[in-house]
Amino acid sequence: MNDGSHLLELRGVSKSFGGLRVVDDLYLHVDEGEIVSLIGPNGAGKTTVFNLITGIYAPDAGEILLDGRDVGGLPPHTIAKQGIARTFQTLRLFLNMSVRENVMAATYGRTKATVIESVLRLPRARREERETRRLAEEKLGFFGQRLVGYRWDQPAYSLSYANRRRLEIARAMATEPRILLLDEPAAGMNPVETHEITELIGQLRDDGGYTILVIEHDMHVVEGISNRVVALDHGVKIAQGSFEEVATDSRVVEAYLGIRGAEEAEEAEQAEEVE
Amino acid sequence: MSESREIPPIPERPDARDRPRIGVDEWVAQVEDRRADERGLGGALRRGWRSTPSGLQFLAVVAIAATLPLYLSGGDLFSYGIFTLLYAVLALGLNIVVGFAGLLDLGYIAFYGFGAYFYSLLASDHYGIHWQAEAAIPVVVLGGALLGLVLGIPSRRLLGDYLAIVTLFFGQAFVVFVNSANPDVAGKGLTGGPNGLPDVDPLNFFGYKLTTKNHYFYFLLGSFIVIVAAFHFLNHSRTGRALRALREDPLAAETIAVPVNRLKLMAFSFGAATAAFCGCVFAALQTGSFPGNFDVSLLITIYAVVILGGIGSIAGVVIGAIVINVTFEFLSPANDHPELKRWLFYATILLLLTKLPWRRAAIVLAATVAVGFAVHEIVEAVAPSWAAGSPIDAGSLGDAIRSWVIIPVGHGQFAQFAYVALIAAILILTRLRGWWRTLALPPTLYLVAIVWENVLVEQPSVTRLILFGVLLIVLMNARPQGLLGTPRVEIV
Repeated sequence: MNDGSHLLELRGVSKSFGGLRVVDDLYLHVDEGEIVSLIGPNGAGKTTVFNLITGIYAPDAGEILLDGRDVGGLPPHTIAKQGIARTFQTLRLFLNMSVRENVMAATYGRTKATVIESVLRLPRARREERETRRLAEEKLGFFGQRLVGYRWDQPAYSLSYANRRRLEIARAMATEPRILLLDEPAAGMNPVETHEITELIGQLRDDGGYTILVIEHDMHVVEGISNRVVALDHGVKIAQGSFEEVATDSRVVEAYLGIRGAEEAEEAEQAEEVE
Repeated sequence: MSESREIPPIPERPDARDRPRIGVDEWVAQVEDRRADERGLGGALRRGWRSTPSGLQFLAVVAIAATLPLYLSGGDLFSYGIFTLLYAVLALGLNIVVGFAGLLDLGYIAFYGFGAYFYSLLASDHYGIHWQAEAAIPVVVLGGALLGLVLGIPSRRLLGDYLAIVTLFFGQAFVVFVNSANPDVAGKGLTGGPNGLPDVDPLNFFGYKLTTKNHYFYFLLGSFIVIVAAFHFLNHSRTGRALRALREDPLAAETIAVPVNRLKLMAFSFGAATAAFCGCVFAALQTGSFPGNFDVSLLITIYAVVILGGIGSIAGVVIGAIVINVTFEFLSPANDHPELKRWLFYATILLLLTKLPWRRAAIVLAATVAVGFAVHEIVEAVAPSWAAGSPIDAGSLGDAIRSWVIIPVGHGQFAQFAYVALIAAILILTRLRGWWRTLALPPTLYLVAIVWENVLVEQPSVTRLILFGVLLIVLMNARPQGLLGTPRVEIV
């Protein structure tokens, strides 16, 4: 199926809510092993793009291809099973389950024991249970000592904010996805934690072999990790390319600062050049 | 892609007591507080119980339960043993739907009724069909599961209140159906209308008939063991985790590949199948199915079991069933051990006193006794007829309190006034703090005893509901999460 092209590809995807076009004829692709950052001002439609890719919304038009197969409009759990995992901007953990169970739950799509096998503790159910446990502990180990040991059995609500963000990433990792969608992983973190999460996302690609599409507002994070950057404004792609290309693109500057702001920035730049 | 990463060294649990405790969060502190509680004999017992594997704990409980027929008479075994087990199994089924999957299913009792009526049709003179239990029970259970599925399909997209309304309607529709609709099938009414279906066969496995109360008790105990084990294993399997995940956050559950709608249906039909099974046993036990057995009051009782025990906790639900059924039966007018009732009532009050620090509890207790004797002496001296009565059905305890509690003769209004005064006293008590409360406790406790001896013992059928409500309110105030439940936390 895969014609050697992209792992994830959006072709002309559009989505409207009532009369409001939130995503407009969007073309986007992510290749195996790269980190692509999706940036744009608030309300640009970034999270809607995530919701479209993960099947929470069905696109009005266009195709969403995972490995060349159209997954647009499929139910979210089917899409998740085919290898797309995500985190949420507003954390959505299973708060009253333990840390380890949060991660173990995420292997549902890849384990096969039927209810009868589970209830009777037949060999396959027991083996899967052992493997799932081991996998959960391994994924939690990705974050150093923060989420291991006695924390395994702690309820998720008792974790600090930053640890809850980490746990959500671990949960997404445990579905063993082809591509990982991270929605503002550094939101609400302090500079040290932000630096750490930047390194971690880099590690996910380099050591873990994950392909990542990330929404991020913090430009230091974007600069630090992105292979490519795509900028959205009002649901339209306004720029893409390397971080430097996008960050200096006049339309991106305009989207973030407004037209006057962009002119002033340009004037300031020219003034600098004159000096 | 998933080359195995080493798990980093596991850090020690931070348990320093003599240095600043950086990095110790609320949860760890709570665990340590719980540990600190475990001193003395009670603590040692609690520790021992907690370190016992849950399987052994369960076996111990079952072993104790298995000896019940040795010292309970037929009637007592029926109302205490058999019905506790029946409620426990019913509540376990409801726990799958409400506790694990978080679906507010108010039509649950209809599945119980369905099981009872279906079994009654398959094994009675009504149509002259007499199936053996080993055939009838699987068919009924399967039928219940299918009915659950049928109800689940249209309602699986409904959330919260809407699901509750639809399922409540279904529960009510069932009662109306069996009571009034009673469609004509093969020459006679299918459900027998208000008369129900009488003369149902007892359970009959391969020719071995369950005839005595003991038989039913042990059959139910066996089923209970199987169902508890099954639901325990289910809870700790991928399916159980997925169910709890969808209870916590359905959208997040979807994005980790959990087919939420399918699992909701599964939970629904598991609950329905369990209820249908209980229905079979119930119909065989009372040799009939009658519309009045499956109304809202039973639904409320079963919900009370689940909520009181702790939603989502299997052990909690079992304890909830014991507490609710035993209290309910014990307070019932049919209870023919009035002196035992009295012992249990005063024991419960003493138990509540243990909530206080022991010195204060001792003072309160001594003061209550003293207040009683003083009041009795004074009243007897001033107006003898106000203290002339003696406790109803007095045994040893009743005799002992004869000269302590005042029971007037020929003053009919007294009981009502005492009742109202008690309610006022309790309301005042809730507003008091510290030593004022300790000071107000002895007279209030004495008033409780007066009301019990003058009103409650005489009119058990009315007051048992009141007492039951009070018990629930007190318990849910003390432990909103239920006896063994874990508190649900939301982060705002």
